[in-house]
Amino acid sequence: MAKKEYAFYPGCSSQKGASASNYLTSVNAMCDKLDVTITEIPDWNCCGASIGYAEGGELPRLALSARNFALAEKHMPGKEMVATCAACWLAQREVKERIDHSEILLKETNEALAAAGLQYQGTTAVRHMVEVLIEDLGYDALKQPVVKPLEGIKFAGYVGCQTNRPFGIDGESFENPVYLDKLVETVGGEAVPYDQKVTCCGGALAFSEPEKSQKQIRDIVESAYDHGAEMIVTPCPLCQANVEIYQSEINKKHGTKLNMPVLYYSQLMTVAYGGTAKEAGLDGHLIRATRLEEITKK
Amino acid sequence: MSQQAIPYTNDFLREVEKNVEEGHWVKMCMQCGVCAGSCPLGPAWEHPPQEIFMMIRAGKREEVLTSDSMWMCTSCYNCVVRCPRQLPITHIMHGLANYAHRLGLAPKGQPTRETARLFWNSLVKTGRVNELKFSLALYFKDGFVQGVKNALNMQAIGFGLMKAKRLNPLEILGGHGVKDQSGLKAMIAKAREIEDRKKGFSA
Repeated sequence: MAKKEYAFYPGCSSQKGASASNYLTSVNAMCDKLDVTITEIPDWNCCGASIGYAEGGELPRLALSARNFALAEKHMPGKEMVATCAACWLAQREVKERIDHSEILLKETNEALAAAGLQYQGTTAVRHMVEVLIEDLGYDALKQPVVKPLEGIKFAGYVGCQTNRPFGIDGESFENPVYLDKLVETVGGEAVPYDQKVTCCGGALAFSEPEKSQKQIRDIVESAYDHGAEMIVTPCPLCQANVEIYQSEINKKHGTKLNMPVLYYSQLMTVAYGGTAKEAGLDGHLIRATRLEEITKK
Repeated sequence: MSQQAIPYTNDFLREVEKNVEEGHWVKMCMQCGVCAGSCPLGPAWEHPPQEIFMMIRAGKREEVLTSDSMWMCTSCYNCVVRCPRQLPITHIMHGLANYAHRLGLAPKGQPTRETARLFWNSLVKTGRVNELKFSLALYFKDGFVQGVKNALNMQAIGFGLMKAKRLNPLEILGGHGVKDQSGLKAMIAKAREIEDRKKGFSA
């Protein structure tokens, strides 16, 4: 397999001590096994996420993502950018589309970037890590390193929103994308069909509208249980955090007994590729994935 | 008794087209309501998107800009991918919320408005979001007593996250950030200056 190299945009939540730090741990281990090199873009900044709009407006948000592109272009010319966070990827992609198609916005964005001594040229594309896996490597290549297939474990593939809409992965349907199920099967697990695969977890409104968001989360987890899943797997750090963290809150308020682990695809792959529990970031959960931890000890 | 008819104008539509992000799409709405039926928080919208679009065309400036409806958007993009006219509804809602916020017309204390403001302030301070300070600011946004209550309510989750190394108490001392802070701040200030000039906001 040819070695692949990318300019890496980890995003705020993947930093040390942040809410998705175990995502990054497992991504590093997974990339290592797949011989994919990801090199952090020097001095990258926050993308503004999907909640930055109210105060940030349009141009300051465009400038934030354009700065990341400009840094990648300057320090890592010719390399594609890869993001692991759904919101980071979406923001970068949207901003690129917006400024590449508007001379006015391009000019204004570059005027803002000039204040930081930078320039956006539009030569760098951005990919999500799952696109790199599926489109650049392919399922066959992803299957090769499997030494501990996740046999007998049933997963609910929770795609959520922002890797799915509005751009999607690999041209798949918005209503029923199957890439995550295929990834689960690639590493030997079983993907259960269930009806909340692309339901919104509430996103940033988990903070501001907890009742409304927790209704969403309850629907997702209960449907996963109803369809026989033992664990949920997702490509999005905010989906992971919301769906895992608030289960105890929902239990407190509604007397439910939700206790389903929520994993990243990269953790499944790291475990299947023979990684340790620590390499897979399995110590980073409030609801432990004990069956995966057991596999790592075999 | 005579009642004077209010003359019909489309001044507000023009204002939205000029000043609101992606506002030029509003007139394309054909009132099918697929957006309303596709929204995860649909029932929470006093005026679902298609209604907001018609209200803009009907010149209902104050009703639209003081509404808390667009603050219900979770950015899930379900409306965008299902809209038969392909309106970027998520962005129009964000744009309207931003416009109402900047004009000071958005509902005071609206929780998503407050959350969004705190998030942005956190990220511009260092260039990267400080999750600890952002969470604490959120807990304490309604005053000290409520803040302590909120923090106590969430303490089990907080300690769980710390144990899992997903929340670092030392972030309170500063935490992560970009190296070129002055460049980043100058860039954002410049972007805001250009946008304010274009959209007629006072600084």
